[in-house]
Amino acid sequence: MTLLSIENLSKHFSSGGRDIAALKDVSLTIADGKTLGLAGASGSGKSTLARILMRLIPPDAGTVRFEDEDWLTLSGSELRRRRAKIQMVFQDVLGAFNPRATVASVLGDPLRIHAIVPKAERPKEIVALLDRVGLPASYVARSIREVSGGQRQRIAIARAIATRPSLIVFDEAVSALDVSIRGKILELLVELQEERGIAYLFVSHDLAVLRAVSHRIAVMDAGRLIESGPADQVIENPQSQAARALIAAVPRLVIKPTRDSVHDT
Amino acid sequence: MTVLCRISGLSVVYAGQPAPALDAVDLDILAGERLAIIGESGSGKSTLARAIAGLLPSGARVTGEMEWSAGHPPHPGRELGFVFQDPSSSLNPVLTIGEQVAEGARQHLGLPWAAAYAQAQKILEKVHFPQPEKALRAFPHQLSGGQRQRVAIAAALAAKPSFLIADEATSALDMVVQAEIVALLGDLVKEADMTLLFITHDIALASGFADRIAIFKDGRLVEAGPTLAVLSSPREIYTQTLIASHRDLSTSPLIKEPAS
Ligand SMILES: Nc1ncnc2c1ncn2[C@@H]1O[C@H](COP(=O)(O)OP(=O)(O)OP(=O)(O)O)[C@@H](O)[C@H]1O
Ligand SMILES: Nc1ncnc2c1ncn2[C@@H]1O[C@H](COP(=O)(O)OP(=O)(O)OP(=O)(O)O)[C@@H](O)[C@H]1O
Ligand SMILES: [Mg+2]
Ligand SMILES: [Mg+2]
Repeated sequence: MTLLSIENLSKHFSSGGRDIAALKDVSLTIADGKTLGLAGASGSGKSTLARILMRLIPPDAGTVRFEDEDWLTLSGSELRRRRAKIQMVFQDVLGAFNPRATVASVLGDPLRIHAIVPKAERPKEIVALLDRVGLPASYVARSIREVSGGQRQRIAIARAIATRPSLIVFDEAVSALDVSIRGKILELLVELQEERGIAYLFVSHDLAVLRAVSHRIAVMDAGRLIESGPADQVIENPQSQAARALIAAVPRLVIKPTRDSVHDT
Repeated sequence: MTVLCRISGLSVVYAGQPAPALDAVDLDILAGERLAIIGESGSGKSTLARAIAGLLPSGARVTGEMEWSAGHPPHPGRELGFVFQDPSSSLNPVLTIGEQVAEGARQHLGLPWAAAYAQAQKILEKVHFPQPEKALRAFPHQLSGGQRQRVAIAAALAAKPSFLIADEATSALDMVVQAEIVALLGDLVKEADMTLLFITHDIALASGFADRIAIFKDGRLVEAGPTLAVLSSPREIYTQTLIASHRDLSTSPLIKEPAS
């Protein structure tokens, strides 16, 4: 079933002589419980799309249907109530948290604001969320600055699933993590999706990451959506020039000497 | 190649921390090389970079030696360029892109503003910034993540440093632009005799362009050597693990896919 459907979304920025069509007539859909990977060159409009979905900025034109409602016209208490259903995880998690926040407040706030569980059950729910992302209960009292980058990303994921969303938007959420931690986070995300049926919009410039978690992949270029399809097809048989260029540029691990890896220095 | 900096027994303990962030590191940086520093989160890569650049926070305790062939550490901003890991924190939110990039050339090369501005535009072109002449007047918050990162790289290159430390400087870029930036840095190494210390968690990226590679874990140097030698016949189990956990387009997906 279609969970989210975006139609003809456009967004334009102009300031200081710059005039940028960040989104041009973009349409796409995301199915219940499935992952759409979103790739595209830097500046192609991926974060703009994510920010419009989160209702952080309005589009110039276009519609978004989410769970059979007109998502962009929801307002006031209705919007507040429904907002729990779309969550987001950013690349720069530290910047997205209040620096004085503790792990308990980061997870407790959404539970309180969206009245997910009765007050008396909140501490138990926080511990259960931590446990679900592989962190010990003893972390509740820690400041958000006193955990490593990988742990902070787990806490951001715990916060995102706290409100029992049906869609989570990840914007370069694993880009800053090293391979071993990134692999574990990706495994966790896939498990959570299977267990809870959450759909993901997964923005990443790392095509290997998108290949690992996406059912479908869409590619943007200069504000337009230029290609989309099942993940394996887009990666193995890209149709557009932009997608081909992105795939060709993925760094290959050079272990044995090959002709093009030898330095001419 | 001559040694630019000989690091021996370098340890760093941050104020109030029980364990050292960097522990008895011995490493030579060779003049004119591309040296990649690889290691997991928290392994001490940025600490090493900040120690070399003399940018550790006050209260950090440093022991060991750093011998510079010039007799003194390079002058930050002029001889030493630094691209910080998090571009949003190194860019000033209230200065335009033009001001931030031109600043290095104005201050360290003594160029007047107009010339520094013209040079800023050229460097923005080199880092493949779209419409650089218009971007000069934009502010950081009006840019995409990858565009901000390119501004930080341009600002570090503006004073034509002979030594560039790039801390995860391409982590927010798409792979096409990343490849172009890496090629640009490679050209600067070759043509302008720049030395490059390139910190990354992307072992494949390092494998394609670094002359030498140094692997860090828990504040210690695990092993270092010519890139191909280290990656083809790693001496340490940790290096083998890193290579094995690399994911590329042919690695099988984590999701269950319907047969399509
Ligand atoms: N607030 C703003 N004001 C002006 N221009 C903006 C603003 N936000 C984004 N832009 C521009 O819109 C375009 C799309 O930006 P967006 O952040 O959506 O790109 P992106 O695909 O997420 O890129 P990246 O991969 O680098 O993060 C860029 O050219 C950017 O400079
Ligand atoms: N200013 C600081 N005060 C106290 N501890 C710090 C500080 N900066 C870093 N550390 C700690 O020192 C250790 C090494 O950190 P460093 O930033 O050098 O790692 P890194 O290899 O660059 O990691 P990443 O890949 O996540 O950037 C970590 O345990 C970190 O928590
Ligand atoms: Mg973005
Ligand atoms: Mg670092």
